[in-house]
Amino acid sequence: MADNCPLIEVVDLARTYHVGEVEVPALRGVSLTIAKGEFVAVMGPSGSGKSTFMNLLGCLDRPDSGHYLLDGEDVSRLDPDQLSAVRNRALGFVFQSFNLLPRAAALENVELPLIYAGVHAHERHRRAMEKLALVGLAERAHHLPSQLSGGQQQRVAIARSLVNAPALILADEPTGALDTRTSLELMALFQSLNEQGMTLVLVTHEPDIAQFARRILLFRDGRLVEDHPVAGRHSAAALLEAEAGGVTR
Amino acid sequence: MNHLDTLRGALRSLRANRMRSALTTLGIVIGIAAVITMLAVGEGARRQVAEQMKSLGTNLILVLPGTVTSSGVRLGGASRNSLTEADARAIRQEIPGVVAAAPALRGSGQVVYGNLNWATQLYGVDGDYLVSRDWVIASGRKFDDNDLRGKAKVALVGETVAQMLFGGTDPTGQTVRVKGVPLTIVGLLASKGQNVMGQDQDDIVLIPLGTARGRILGSAQGRPDSVGHITVKMADGSDMQASEAQVQALLRQKHRIQPGQDDDFNIRNLSEIVEAEQASSGALSALLAAIASVSLIVGGIGIMNIMLVSVTERTREIGIRLAVGARRGDILTQFMVEAVTLSVLGGLVGVGLGLGGGLLVQRLLDWPVVFQAQAVLLAVVSASAVGIFFGWYPARKASRLTPVEALRHD
Repeated sequence: MADNCPLIEVVDLARTYHVGEVEVPALRGVSLTIAKGEFVAVMGPSGSGKSTFMNLLGCLDRPDSGHYLLDGEDVSRLDPDQLSAVRNRALGFVFQSFNLLPRAAALENVELPLIYAGVHAHERHRRAMEKLALVGLAERAHHLPSQLSGGQQQRVAIARSLVNAPALILADEPTGALDTRTSLELMALFQSLNEQGMTLVLVTHEPDIAQFARRILLFRDGRLVEDHPVAGRHSAAALLEAEAGGVTR
Repeated sequence: MNHLDTLRGALRSLRANRMRSALTTLGIVIGIAAVITMLAVGEGARRQVAEQMKSLGTNLILVLPGTVTSSGVRLGGASRNSLTEADARAIRQEIPGVVAAAPALRGSGQVVYGNLNWATQLYGVDGDYLVSRDWVIASGRKFDDNDLRGKAKVALVGETVAQMLFGGTDPTGQTVRVKGVPLTIVGLLASKGQNVMGQDQDDIVLIPLGTARGRILGSAQGRPDSVGHITVKMADGSDMQASEAQVQALLRQKHRIQPGQDDDFNIRNLSEIVEAEQASSGALSALLAAIASVSLIVGGIGIMNIMLVSVTERTREIGIRLAVGARRGDILTQFMVEAVTLSVLGGLVGVGLGLGGGLLVQRLLDWPVVFQAQAVLLAVVSASAVGIFFGWYPARKASRLTPVEALRHD
């Protein structure tokens, strides 16, 4: 794979759902490219096709037509098991509702992708601890999700998404269940990951949150209607600092 | 994903719903416990029957006289006096593998000792009789050649007769009267207990054949050496069917029976009785196993039901696992392992309970119980088979979920 090839290249991507007899076109031909190291926010009203687009990017669903090249490989025609392998190897997910296994400790949740990658217990443990430390939860490794706050749970989910060193992180409304301050902390974490070279695609309906990305895609009625860089991008870390300063003063 | 992780995961999710898991496996527990107990009880009964059969003698051939047909009226078994001591001698000498060929006369009569008397079976026998019945002398001695040839007035008595007339003291040397004939008891027979038909085999008095014929039971009309029946004992491992055919051929020849004519005697092979007995106890075992397997099937359906509930409840979990890279096979394996773990744990508990139940039956009902390793193995194998069979459908259902629909589930 050449260095200059885009990480994501979708061509005329379409997906139609069948609800009984009725055909509901969710995505009607979307073409775009996302380069390595980008931080993209996907926006749009509900029913705009942004979730369908994310599912396709995340290899959780297959398009009816069009192509999706992930890091140069056409993944739009792979079978379910091959898609599992792609998700395991190349993708990390962060969900609005965190989606941690409720009965597994934080560490075990982070280890989960490594289990399916066939990594040995010892190595699994080491790598999961490393990512938990990265998100600042090393000392909470043995807590169950129910013993963690929402922000902490989402950080466990981020550690899980990072543990297999993926090429791309897909976040679906990651701040949807968090308060403003925790959302800011989360965005600061995303921005710092992006600065270290990680490619991120984030779905949100909050314009404030989208301002932390570098590029905004706007969907409407199953089509991409706007694609522009973020002017006057905010730094979540700086905002947090300013806020903390304001309180002490 | 390695197997240990899978098993650990299965145990974790079963532990998470302890009560439900326990209740789910109850069907399997009861089914397996029933299988184990019933097989143990059935095997105990079978062994007991086999033991009794052996004491009866499975390598015995019984030759009985034929029936008389007079003007078309058949007079029933042994109504003819066609067997003789010469027949017994011929069998002993000419059939290979014969250990003993014992001619006997049978009758019944009152045995009197002092002011006590007792009605019992009287057998006129020769020296082969004790051999053919594997009968041992408890005290005193057997008949010797002088007794047999000299038509001595001697007798061997069974345990029951000794009990009735002598109150359990050794009767050897005492004299009893049978049909007015004084007989000196020379020995006491070891107790044989009941036979399979429930008859008391110890209620017997043995007398030398000549003595019985001449003085007590009398001989059949015009046949000085006729006998009631001949018991033939074959060496262990003999082909009973072949021996039976040889005895038949020999007697037909000796009795000058033309080809096409019916035998004037009957041959019974006790192994036929044993086979019939074993077939019926086999049928009983099959019935017990069928009942037990019904409860296993019911238990399996319970497992399937709970696994289906579990798959529905954990659709979101399945979605998460698929999202982070689980293949369909991983999901299938996970739920299969859970179902099989559930049923095997149930099976093991059931084995424990079944062994306990068997011991209880032995203790309380005094029923012989035999545990077999194969039965335990069979139980564990059928428990896992139930898990595999009934776990398959829910597990397959789980593995067919698409990540999108699984993640959307709440």
